[in-house]
Amino acid sequence: MRDITLGQFIAGNSILHHCDPRTKIVIMIVYVAMIFLIKSIPVFLLPLAFLILSLLLSHIPVSYILRSLKPIRLLLIFMFVLNLFFTRGEKIIFDLGFWSLTWEAVMQSVFITIRIVLLVTGASMLTLTTSPIALTDGIERLLSPLKVFRFPSHELAMMMTIALRFIPTLIEESDKIMKAQMSRGADFESGNLLVRVKSMVPVLVPLFVSSFRKADELATAMESRCYHGGEGRTRLHSLQFTRLDLFAALLTAGFFAATLILYIVL
Amino acid sequence: MPITVNDLSYQYTDAAHSTTALSHVTFTIEEGSFFAIAGHTGSGKTTLVQHLNGLIPCTEGTITVDGHSLADKKERSIARALVGMVFQYPEYQLFAETVFDDIAFGPKNLKLPENDVKERVLKSMELVGLDPEQFREKSPFELSGGEKRRAALAGVLAMQPKYLVLDEPMAGLDPIGRQSILALLERLRSEFGTTIIMISHSMEDIARHATMLLVLDHGQIAYLDRPEIVFEHAEELFRLGLSVPQATYLGMLLKQKGFDVPKSANNAEALARWLKEKIDHA
Ligand SMILES: Nc1ncnc2c1ncn2[C@@H]1O[C@H](COP(=O)(O)OP(=O)(O)OP(=O)(O)O)[C@@H](O)[C@H]1O
Ligand SMILES: [Mg+2]
Repeated sequence: MRDITLGQFIAGNSILHHCDPRTKIVIMIVYVAMIFLIKSIPVFLLPLAFLILSLLLSHIPVSYILRSLKPIRLLLIFMFVLNLFFTRGEKIIFDLGFWSLTWEAVMQSVFITIRIVLLVTGASMLTLTTSPIALTDGIERLLSPLKVFRFPSHELAMMMTIALRFIPTLIEESDKIMKAQMSRGADFESGNLLVRVKSMVPVLVPLFVSSFRKADELATAMESRCYHGGEGRTRLHSLQFTRLDLFAALLTAGFFAATLILYIVL
Repeated sequence: MPITVNDLSYQYTDAAHSTTALSHVTFTIEEGSFFAIAGHTGSGKTTLVQHLNGLIPCTEGTITVDGHSLADKKERSIARALVGMVFQYPEYQLFAETVFDDIAFGPKNLKLPENDVKERVLKSMELVGLDPEQFREKSPFELSGGEKRRAALAGVLAMQPKYLVLDEPMAGLDPIGRQSILALLERLRSEFGTTIIMISHSMEDIARHATMLLVLDHGQIAYLDRPEIVFEHAEELFRLGLSVPQATYLGMLLKQKGFDVPKSANNAEALARWLKEKIDHA
């Protein structure tokens, strides 16, 4: 459970760490749009180059990025095989009668796989270089124009911050409870699915109980420090755009324009 | 047969770095002893005791419990049945609908017949001082903090472990709660010959009850001896972020003032007797 990298942040001092979170979130959105615009495999070199460039700038070890793919490897294989089987096409590579492998199916499978890999690694680049606090701060500020429509952007951001903050605590807690029940002879590893699910009850009940207790305590602690929602709240570190953000935005715009041109031309 | 720990080292490795929690720890826990473990926070006490029943697998070094090596999977399950583990704040692991069912969880996992399970549960409730009539059908979540602690303790005792490991069992209890837990431990030791292994920050309790004291410092053994002998190194213990019992401290101060405190006056009673003699003479 400890290799969940999604939402993990590595403190650092790189250019990417110093970018404004709003910039990074918008770049992320543009990057996703870029990936969805692409129709032929060679064009993926553009977002790939973009990803590698940001990886180099971030000083994050490559092994980290690769680790973010570990939890989704089953999904990748599943998608690959699914597309191989169910994509119709003309150019037959070999024929089994009831099913034939076509050139289009292979291309489609490869295409989908590249797309998912690029999306996931890109998302982890964002979370690896942006602290959860900065991330939610950025989201809050980006959503704040919606406040006119009574959209609770501050509350939403606060909820996200707290949720992210509690992921490691919950992992630690469940680790501890599992150990405690194992000491009383609990066995989480053998038996069929039903047995295993049932064996989780002694872990889940205390975990829920402690989560509710923690939520309650946190609410009291926040209230006793006069937290009352977003209205009139000021910040210690207010977000500020710098030249760095301008540079990042221009670079991204360049990549996006190139993709767009290729989309229109091809 | 004892628990032997031989050249045990352990590192926590997570995403960014690795922390050395234990390095080259070697010691033996004799059967029937009251083995106390002390050390500053983060010195590796919890990591060490979680090795003793294989919750943390040995990566470097070896541990045997009554001759069963923890490296072997089959042997480990035998060893785990011998070593009961009471975690810090054990009340947070209660889960069942009734106190009875919660305490019965361990014995049921041992696949004991229904009657034996019941017998063990009632026996453990009696040991920890929870009246079965009053508590067995209650939900563990409606007990008081102290009662929850005792119910959780009973859950481990119902496994009838030969070695009982406790990670700061008295944290957050009032003086009476602390005394009743210590009394329980002494009773287990004398009545069933249970070996007690206890992490504690209370030097008073250690001085009063422990037969051996292991002091950890940054994952290494700083001292391993009878408590009264370890407490002779008061200065070093202070430096390690620990204290000594008040009687020992008083004796030390008197010595510094030039009084000739005998070595035998190393506990509260002996020191008081010696002081009284001194005063009567004067
Ligand atoms: N799950 C973990 N992941 C990474 N490092 C850990 C983990 N658990 C403990 N450590 C580190 O290992 C070292 C020893 O921790 P341990 O919990 O054994 O200390 P302790 O002596 O029990 O402390 P305390 O008195 O505060 O309970 C500490 O430096 C701690 O930061
Ligand atoms: Mg500890």
